[in-house]
Amino acid sequence: MKALMFGWEFPPHILGGLGTASYGLTKGMWENGDMDITFVIPKPWGDEPKDFANIIGANCAPVAWRNVEWDYVESRIGKVMDPQLYFNLRDHIYGDFNYMSTNDLGCIEFSGRYPENLLEEINNYSIVAGVIARTIDCDIIHSHDWLTYPAGIHAKQVTGKPLVIHVHATDFDRSRGNVNPTVFSIEKDGMNNADHIITVSNLTRRTVIEKYGISPDKVTTVHNAVEPLNEELLHLEAPPGKTSKVVTFLGRITMQKGPEYFVEAAAQVLHKVHNAQFVMAGSGDMMDKMIRLAAKRGIADRFHFTGFLKGKQVYEMLAASDVYIMPSVSEPFGISPLEAMQMGVPSIISKQSGCAEILDNVIKIDYWDINAMADAIYSIIKYPAMFKELRDQGLAEVNQITWDKAGAKVINIYRNLINR
Amino acid sequence: MKAICFYFQIHQPFRLKHYRFFDIGNDHYYYDDFADDDIITRIAQRSYLPANQMLLDMIKENGKKFKVAFSISGTALEQLEQYVPEFIDSMKDLAATGCVEFLSETYAHSLSALYDPEEFVAQVKAHDEKIYQLFGQRPKVFRNTELIYDDDIASMVYAMGFKAAITADAKHVLGWRSPNFLYSSASAPKLKLLLKNGKLSDDIAFRFSNPEWASYPLTADKYIHWINELPQEEQLVNLFMNYDTLGELQPRESGIFEFMKALPRFAAENDIQFWTPSEVVSKFKPVAELAVPYPMSWTDEARDTSAWLGNTLQQEAARKLYSIGERVRLCNDRRIKQDWYYLQGSDHFFYMCTKHNNDGSVHSHYSPYDSPYTAFTNYMNVLSDFMTRVEEQYPTSIDNEELNSLLLTIRNQEQEIEKLHREVEMMRNNIVKDTTGDFPIDVEVPKPEEEPAKKEEEPVKKAAPKKAPAKKKAPAKKAPVKKEAAKKAPAKKETAKKATTAKKAPAKKAKS
Repeated sequence: MKALMFGWEFPPHILGGLGTASYGLTKGMWENGDMDITFVIPKPWGDEPKDFANIIGANCAPVAWRNVEWDYVESRIGKVMDPQLYFNLRDHIYGDFNYMSTNDLGCIEFSGRYPENLLEEINNYSIVAGVIARTIDCDIIHSHDWLTYPAGIHAKQVTGKPLVIHVHATDFDRSRGNVNPTVFSIEKDGMNNADHIITVSNLTRRTVIEKYGISPDKVTTVHNAVEPLNEELLHLEAPPGKTSKVVTFLGRITMQKGPEYFVEAAAQVLHKVHNAQFVMAGSGDMMDKMIRLAAKRGIADRFHFTGFLKGKQVYEMLAASDVYIMPSVSEPFGISPLEAMQMGVPSIISKQSGCAEILDNVIKIDYWDINAMADAIYSIIKYPAMFKELRDQGLAEVNQITWDKAGAKVINIYRNLINR
Repeated sequence: MKAICFYFQIHQPFRLKHYRFFDIGNDHYYYDDFADDDIITRIAQRSYLPANQMLLDMIKENGKKFKVAFSISGTALEQLEQYVPEFIDSMKDLAATGCVEFLSETYAHSLSALYDPEEFVAQVKAHDEKIYQLFGQRPKVFRNTELIYDDDIASMVYAMGFKAAITADAKHVLGWRSPNFLYSSASAPKLKLLLKNGKLSDDIAFRFSNPEWASYPLTADKYIHWINELPQEEQLVNLFMNYDTLGELQPRESGIFEFMKALPRFAAENDIQFWTPSEVVSKFKPVAELAVPYPMSWTDEARDTSAWLGNTLQQEAARKLYSIGERVRLCNDRRIKQDWYYLQGSDHFFYMCTKHNNDGSVHSHYSPYDSPYTAFTNYMNVLSDFMTRVEEQYPTSIDNEELNSLLLTIRNQEQEIEKLHREVEMMRNNIVKDTTGDFPIDVEVPKPEEEPAKKEEEPVKKAAPKKAPAKKKAPAKKAPVKKEAAKKAPAKKETAKKATTAKKAPAKKAKS
């Protein structure tokens, strides 16, 4: 089966959870066998893993015809893409896009991030998708998150193949209800045009059905999973100077993640326990406000801010932690508690996060219930039995949550659509 | 006749390096030596050294009629000693002229006056000692960090034996009154107050080279004329500023050095003299008492303490810092004491200021951080590590008072042991001398120190009737340690230090 996937991020250059999930799912499907996946991203760097998917960069696909030599193309984009593919794509240019700003290869440049002119990039991406869809033969089209819905719709119109959209988050999660009308309309349009919708949790499925008015039989939940960690990360150890218990919050410090509840719970715990440190790792628009709040509660000597952590730093932080907490107000899935559990860190998650649906060996609380949160933190850092039980059971549980199972579900959805 | 009183402030903090959360517990060195070296060397080359030379020339030219006062913080002195030792030498030359007075302040340029009276007194003593060591002067006039002053501080300063204090001319305190008189404190009427003449000081410090200022360019002639024009009865003009005004804030090209050099000549023409604060205090009589219920300073528009303690971040940091003050003073670790001073520098709090507009730009000009929040986070990470180190010295489960008495007991016992040691030693010597060879004690003399614990019992008891009474007095003054306790002590000394709880009982005795 041949699938054409549109995504926005792909490891190792990721900005959020979307890239990790796209990667895991693609790999999981490939492990099921008989899958030929083409994955389109705006801007590949050349170091993406290519063994299980054929990566195409939208910034390497021409939309305007340029008379260029093979050698020149190889020297420009050879490390990212096969030059032959460039010429194949060039044969399928479907309109005159010379009015757009294109480079010497007739390609549109992409930042591959979330820039100010994001809507323009989304539009450009769907233009490029037209060329790719005409070139690459496929049985099904799969779009990851709202940024790529327009591209998916375009590809569907060109090829007539069924479109699956994968909802990793909705704007209702990102904005606590105050949705951006433009984003909403792109999302709604994508859902209407899709032949099937995959959501990452039942929570998101409900949002799609209730807020976007989509028929329930068109929406299926496929929970995310985690990649097994490599040996190096698993053997990271807590720094030698560590003397107290560390409770960690890891993520963007924004409204969606409920950071203020964490600070309040920390204040309660520190009132009782002296020997604990709280860490808020990450950055975001609410960071300064949180620093002020921690100061106001008088716990700033035990409440630390690390700023944005990347790559291995995340795992170093987890290795130094005794409790992981994710008090998200609304979390479509939330892959990070699973990563914490892999590192053997007991987790506390809000009932309002999607991963709560599949996890048992964690402590689940309502995001607003500061007392319950404080109790949970206290019991984990105070009672070794609690800590050990959550760590061991959690580790066993999370090792069962693998992407190949999620991949099989997605393949099943594909089959149903194609055979319909 | 009028008098000008010049006073210059020199201060540099120990800036903190970028200290991450992961460093807590692992890295106990907090300072950005490179930045400190870089900044102090630059300022010294551009300002301090040429300005010192200028003052020396002025004093020589004017037959010692030109006088100034300096307030140099302990941290600045440490940095200067380390990075610009030639400055210390040139300052010593200035001190030798007899025309320079050194003022007292807190060693670390700290806010301890507002939070921790005990620490305040200790730091002032430490600073004055340092000044005496370097320049051979005992300061007689006090100047608090950034001229922070209120009635409570006045009482403390007076209690320490200072004749006068230097402070700012906050509008909300002075009202209609003029700063050009000598005042006295309302809470300690014998403490004289010298107030900064804000307008005339800032004319030099901030406006001198500003071409948009109506009085630009400022000449010595014009400036002395302004002072001369003041009402007849206003005889005192206090010009207080940062020393780096000369050469750094007002660069050499602006002519600031020439301006300063020309001042004495025009002053002499108008019968205006230059006095040090001590001279002012001895020659003038205070005109009125000044009540300052809330602290004022010379910083920012508000002229209060909001530059350091205005927002929740600053208050939290200061509260946390001073919450361990008592503990730190119980510690003997030299590095802890040193960090304790460096962390108290008011500058760390200054960087956390969230004010905007004019004040904000001044704060960010000096701050090594890109935002007050980064400043706060970094400081708290460092403080957190520091607090852990202090806690490691003594367990937190014992409260300060109890710990204090336990430490006192240990200290007294140590003294006691030492004394008994000496006694034993002396007696042994006597025995050896007197009875040559009859008592083969000299074999045991070179034995290690633990030994006397057992042996001393005998000789001491013999000697006790004669010598003990006189010598027992000293420890008894501090805490009435029972004789038995003292004798048991040597063996238990080590255990007492570690498991302090075990020794609760004798401690209680010592307290009562």
